[in-house]
Amino acid sequence: MQNHIRQPTPRERVPRLAIDAVGLSKAFGNQAALTGLDLAVPEASVTALIGPNGSGKTTTVRILATLMAPDAGRATVFGHDVVAEPEAVRAAIGVTGQFSAVDKILTGRENLALMARLHHMPRAVAKERIARNLERFELAEAADRPVTTYSGGMRRRLDLAMTLMGEPRIVFLDEPTTGLDPRGRQVLWRIVRDLVADGVTILLTTQYLEEADRLADRVALIDRGALVAEGTPSELKKRAPGGRIRLHFAEDDALAAAVLEFNGAKLSEDGLSLELARDGSVAGIRQVLDRLERLGINVESLSAQPPDLDDVFFSLTGSRHEPSTASSSEVA
Amino acid sequence: MTSPSLALADTTTMLRRDVRHAVRFPMVTISGLLVPVLFLLLFDGVFGHALRAGLGSAVSGGYIDYVLPGILVMTAASVAESTALGVNADMGEGIIARFRTMAIWRPSVLAGPVTGSVVRTLITGAAVCLFGLVLGFSPNADALDWLAAIGLYALLGMALSWLTVAFGLLAKTPAGANSLSLILLVLPFVSSAFAPTATMPAGVRAFAEYQPFSSIIDTFRSLLIGTPMGHHGLVAVAWCAGIALVGFVWAVKLYNRDSPVVA
Repeated sequence: MQNHIRQPTPRERVPRLAIDAVGLSKAFGNQAALTGLDLAVPEASVTALIGPNGSGKTTTVRILATLMAPDAGRATVFGHDVVAEPEAVRAAIGVTGQFSAVDKILTGRENLALMARLHHMPRAVAKERIARNLERFELAEAADRPVTTYSGGMRRRLDLAMTLMGEPRIVFLDEPTTGLDPRGRQVLWRIVRDLVADGVTILLTTQYLEEADRLADRVALIDRGALVAEGTPSELKKRAPGGRIRLHFAEDDALAAAVLEFNGAKLSEDGLSLELARDGSVAGIRQVLDRLERLGINVESLSAQPPDLDDVFFSLTGSRHEPSTASSSEVA
Repeated sequence: MTSPSLALADTTTMLRRDVRHAVRFPMVTISGLLVPVLFLLLFDGVFGHALRAGLGSAVSGGYIDYVLPGILVMTAASVAESTALGVNADMGEGIIARFRTMAIWRPSVLAGPVTGSVVRTLITGAAVCLFGLVLGFSPNADALDWLAAIGLYALLGMALSWLTVAFGLLAKTPAGANSLSLILLVLPFVSSAFAPTATMPAGVRAFAEYQPFSSIIDTFRSLLIGTPMGHHGLVAVAWCAGIALVGFVWAVKLYNRDSPVVA
């Protein structure tokens, strides 16, 4: 008898993997960059690769982008082995690296046309796509000026526009917002979200944990060349100890007294609140309130903040994330 | 797309990029003309009389008729040198890393500049010829000779360009690329470019007679001013084809050294 109810195949139940890397190792001389890295990136998602400087983020991207062969381990991109079938991998990927990959001598439009020709697309498609990308990346006005006249942010946008000319199924973004102003970052985030909505897979490395938190569906934390944690941002935060209690004061005297009482507490930018590195459990909050009560310090309000990715980063790698600490004021 | 048409399409695209660069920075092309023009003035105007006297009856015309084919070969070397510099500088650009991640015919990244270099060689060579005519160069070549000379010149340009592209990839800095390519400008001095090899001391003569530039120069001489061809033509074509092949294989190998698979 024929079975009319078809069982879903495993492929249909589990989201397909855009990237599947197992045991990647790479050394430069006697300097180990990757020491058995595993990485799984589901299709049509944003995965952020975070880790301390020198942890192997860029090496990972370079191997997956067929720019470098691993010493050991294997990696596939949409099922194609990066070493055995580099051409098939290259046909599926788009890469925007840390260093601007644009032709400075050509104009913005010529750079996009160069990509169109290398993707062998018909003239009409090329014309339409060039116009669309110039518009989307706010480069239409500067399209016919040589790239030498572009600002850093404009070059970065052109770089990504060039990557997208071939409509890749997966885009590697290696520190795409480093050095961008907040507005440039917003533009880039918007584009990444649009791409994912269209079914494109994104693997990005970033120094900004806030960026990983806001943008990524999944975060892979690597340290010393290996994966140390992987999951959604909220999954990772649940695994980390830490968090903050923020106290708001109505009067300066109360604030001053609290500063004396809680050694090492961080004063906020506006000088009206105090941030304590404490977990936000009821017992923790009660303990803080009891101390304030005993000293007769009036606290106006209190908010508890769960651990952020910075806490995750610290607890798992043992190092504070420098760039993120620098940018934490703008986050708060 | 089939691979030969892919190779052609991508090389054409890369040639367009190279031509755009050359047009926006014409100094690169103009400086390639500077060395040969200087040598032509020096060897014709300054040393010409003494050297002509030494030639005796080996050639019929003035010294410029003898020396111009040699200067033409140095012109090709000079243009190829600028190509080495260009490729060396270009390899440091991020866009090369982008090309490496794209599904294109990989050697096109090099074949574009090489083709551009051949075009620049032909243009610069023509300019040197015109300048020579002004100085009194009087070729007796017919149309077929000219055609053969142009063909060999393009082949020479291609051979030297593939070699200097490899130099450009090998050197870590533009200065290094420049020094490596300098050998191509020095070698013609120990050839039949300025004086017949027969007038040289035995050891030097053996080297000068058998090094590639002598056969190539003697072939141009034969085509342009009608000295006997002998076996020079075949040897010249063989040298050019050989150098082009070695340069191509070497350059592509260097280009791929950081990448896992040639493909």
